[in-house]
Order: sequence, then structure tokens, then C-alpha cells
Amino acid sequence: MTTTSRRPAIAATGLRKTYGEHVVLDGIDLHVAEGTVFALLGPNGAGKTTTVHILSTLIRADAGDVRVLGHDLTREPDRVRAGIGVTGQFSAVDGLLTGAENLKLMADLLHLGRAAGRRRTADLLERFDLVDAAGKPAATYSGGMRRRLDLAMTLVGEPRLIFLDEPTTGLDPRSRRAMWQIIRDLVAGGVTIFLTTQYLEEADQLADRIAVLDHGRLVAEGTAEELKRRVPGGHIRLRFADGDALALASRVLGDAPRDEEALTLRVPSDGGVRSLRALLDRLDDAAVEVESLSVHTPDLDDVFLTLTGHPTQEKVSA
Amino acid sequence: MSTMAHTLSDSATMLRRNLRHMQRYPSLTLMIIGMPVVFLLLFVYVFGGTLGAGLGGTSGGRAEYATYVTPGILLITIAGVAQGTAISVAMDMTEGIVARFRTMSIARVSVLTGHVVGSLIQTMLGLAAVTGIALLVGFRPTANPVEWLAATGLLAAVTFAITWLSVALGMVSKSVETASNLPMPLLLLPFLGSGFVPTDSMPAGLRWFAEYQPFTPVMETLRGLLVGGPIGSSATQALAWCAAISLLGYLWARRLYDRDASR
Repeated sequence: MTTTSRRPAIAATGLRKTYGEHVVLDGIDLHVAEGTVFALLGPNGAGKTTTVHILSTLIRADAGDVRVLGHDLTREPDRVRAGIGVTGQFSAVDGLLTGAENLKLMADLLHLGRAAGRRRTADLLERFDLVDAAGKPAATYSGGMRRRLDLAMTLVGEPRLIFLDEPTTGLDPRSRRAMWQIIRDLVAGGVTIFLTTQYLEEADQLADRIAVLDHGRLVAEGTAEELKRRVPGGHIRLRFADGDALALASRVLGDAPRDEEALTLRVPSDGGVRSLRALLDRLDDAAVEVESLSVHTPDLDDVFLTLTGHPTQEKVSA
Repeated sequence: MSTMAHTLSDSATMLRRNLRHMQRYPSLTLMIIGMPVVFLLLFVYVFGGTLGAGLGGTSGGRAEYATYVTPGILLITIAGVAQGTAISVAMDMTEGIVARFRTMSIARVSVLTGHVVGSLIQTMLGLAAVTGIALLVGFRPTANPVEWLAATGLLAAVTFAITWLSVALGMVSKSVETASNLPMPLLLLPFLGSGFVPTDSMPAGLRWFAEYQPFTPVMETLRGLLVGGPIGSSATQALAWCAAISLLGYLWARRLYDRDASR
């Protein structure tokens, strides 16, 4: 499945983690090439955050062989830590310190030296649009500002590999788009990104490769296109005014799968105008009134449904 | 930089962070200093007249009691800061920022030493303030500068020990509420010792406990240094307790910090 010969930023095999009886990760393999964006996609509770915690040395795996940036995770955690940056789901900023002080704290811990630290802090405040808020305590920041400060703090050390654990969860659409642009800029600068998300669109937008995680197992991996190709194809959804019309239409169209509650019918289709016209003609001939119609090309939601047999818990179209 | 230099520099960074927290969130510090002051006023003005008469000294009464009770109040101050430290550590551990520190290549112990040294500074300021108020309400020390210095050193050693212990208590707590309750027994120890009344007046079982618990030799040594009186083996015992509690607290805290951060 590896499509690239570049050096791996992450190479993990047989990663396992259990909490008591509960198996969180059930032997997963990950291979992330340097300079790419890898998205780990899955619903809440799939094991995404646990994976990030293990790969970023925060918790230990029960089993598995992991090399991050060429260093063994268990034997050389400090070498790994020196090259990575982590921006978690819950913001890792110090609420009592100001934005500038938070960045300065990172610069001090990285031993950048006074002048270099000040320059880096100023650059990042500028780049993340936090200059005006630099002197205010981070606790007073909005969700989007906190997330930007969080990422800025991660970047103080210029990490080669960045873990972004659900970077846009809870952000409004505008902040989400801003965050996506920031991530694209980072990738353009040669950084490797390991991203977790429950938003299908986000993985589609950003990732070179996507792995689908469900109940601690990887159920699929590939590019967005490869994953989409694995689902049977698009369909047309027809909605009717009542059950009689639905039943009649279902008979006319050869027992297409129907949803009695929503009064909808799902007809396989390539989404083309010709086939659409043919479909409507058949319904017209049988004098069935269609209330509304929508055309679906396969998206990652369909992928998820096909691969796991259940829909994502939270469907979000940002 | 060598590992040692890294540890020192990272600890200094963390200390600056903790001092800034105290500055931004002064209510905790004020509460910490306020509580022993309330105890001091309560014991000197409400109970002092009667308790002082029971001491059997020459002057008797309130003035003598103020002098007697001050070492106990100083230990209450230290125990109060311990509670504050446990609370701040527990609060810190629930914050994402500590998870960030764990994923950075920094001296791991620095997060903890930052708290310990910060609390040490906070306590020494608190002790100075409480001593000042004690002097105002009748505490009459007879110590020379060397004895003052020795007393300060002993108080610092006790604070260091108790702070390491409370850092561990703050970390072992699953919630901030627990962290606030766990160090409570430390506040009681000066009462169950020679802090407020001489141990001879206590019933046998309690007297045994009072004489052998760690705070009693500390209070006896302080009393000896500040207002005169026999010190005997108390000083050695006090320092031995400090060393033992520091070591225990340090090892426990480190172990808790290195444990999986799976909160």
C-alpha cells in the first residue's frame, strides 16, 4: 500500500493498547512518509487520540514496534520529543499567561536564547494573527484564537513532524478554514502532518493518505480517491409524499432499497443527465409524483458505511 | 549544555511560570497567609488569656501565650501552603499544557521543581508576614542573628519537605477537591503536638503521639532558637524528619509524574 519511497516519518507495526478489559487499539500498522499529510479518520472512541498519545510519547503502548523520525519510541523518547510537536484536542496553552508569554515559555524550554526567542515569538504572533491579543491572558481568548496560539506554541521548536489531534473540532466554519490554510502552508514548508479527524471533508481536503480507524482497528487505508473507488458508486435519492407513492415507485424501479420512515428511495446511478432523465421518464410513465430528488456522488461517508457496516456517529458537512 | 545545566535552566523557566501564576491569581496566596493570621489572632486574643495562665510562667497571660504559640502558627502557615501547592499541582495536571511539556524534550523533573521552589518562595514570604504580625500582637523572641538564621533555615527545610509531599499529594489526587482535602491532616499536626499547649497536659496515648510526630521536634527546636529553652535532641530529630519526608515526597512525586498520563 505504500506508494512512496520517501523515508518514513512514522513506521509502526502491531500497535496495541488496552485499558483493563477495554481494547482501545487492536494491533494497528501505520506508515507515514516524510513531508506528507496523513489523516486518521474515525468516529469518537475509535482510538484516534490514544494513537496520538502513544506516537507522541505521552503514554506507552502495550505492544508494537514504533519508530518516529527514525528513533525507537520506547528506547529514545527524548530524541523523538526533540523532533515532534503536538497540538491536542484540548488546548495546551497556559490560561494565566499571555499569548506572548506562552510563546516565550516554549522558546525558553527549547533553549533558543534571548534574541532568537524574541524573534521567533514576534514572527509567530504575526503569522497567526495574534499581535493585538499578545498581551492578554490566553484564558480570555476565543476558541479559534486559543487553537491558533496552541499551534503557534507547537511551531516554536520548528518540529519536523506535527501531530494535530482533531485540530478543528469545536471551531466555527471560518476558523476551520483558516486552520486548514495554516496546515497547507506548513506542508508546503516540508513538515509532516499526522492528523486525526472525525470530519470526512477535512481528511478529503487535507490528506495525502487516509486511514480509517474503527473500534481500534484500521479498516482501510489509501488516498481519498482510492477509498472512494471502493464503494459501489453514486446514487439518486428520491423522496415521496406518502407511503403509497413510495411503494409504487419501488415496484416500478425494480425493488430499489427504500426507507419507509423518511419515504425515500435509493437508486444506483452514475449521476449523469441521461440516466437521470431515463429514471424520471419511467416514474412519469407510471404516474408517480416525486416530491424531491438529490444526486449523490460517493463521499467518504459512503466509504465509512461500506467499510464498517455502520454510519459515522457524527455526520458533519462543514 | 549539559544535562545538569538543562535541568537548572528548565526548572528556572518553570519557576518563572509558577511565580507569574501566583502574581496573576493572588487570592490563593492571600488565603494562604490569611488563615494562619486568623488562627494567631484567635488563639492570642480569644484563648490566650486562659491558656497563658496555664503555662505557669512568670509573666503569664496573653503576652506569654503569644510567644509560646508562634512556632505552632508558623507550622500552620507551612501546612496551609502545602494545601495551596497540592491544589495548584492538581489544577496544573488537568491542563493540556502539562501534556505538552511531557511531549517536549525538557528535563522532566523541572515541572515539579518549578512548583516546589515557587511554593518555597511563597511560604517564606508568608512566614515573614505571619512573624511580623506575631511581633505586633506580643511575640517576644530573644534570638540573636545566628539563631534567627538557624530558625529560618529550619523553616525552609520543613517547607521543602512538606512541599515535595504536597506535590505528590496534588498529583495522586484525581480531582482538585481531593487535592484540597488530602493535606488537611498536616493542618492538624501542630494541634496534636506541642504547638498550642505543652504535651505534658495531654492524656497518655495522645501524649505519646504528640511527642513522636514530626512537627513536635520542629516546634521545640524553633522555640529553643527563638525564645530560648532546651533544644536537646529535637534539632537532630527535626532535620531527620525533614530529610526523610523530602526524599519520600520527591520519589513519590517523580514516580507519579512518570506514570502514564492517561487522564
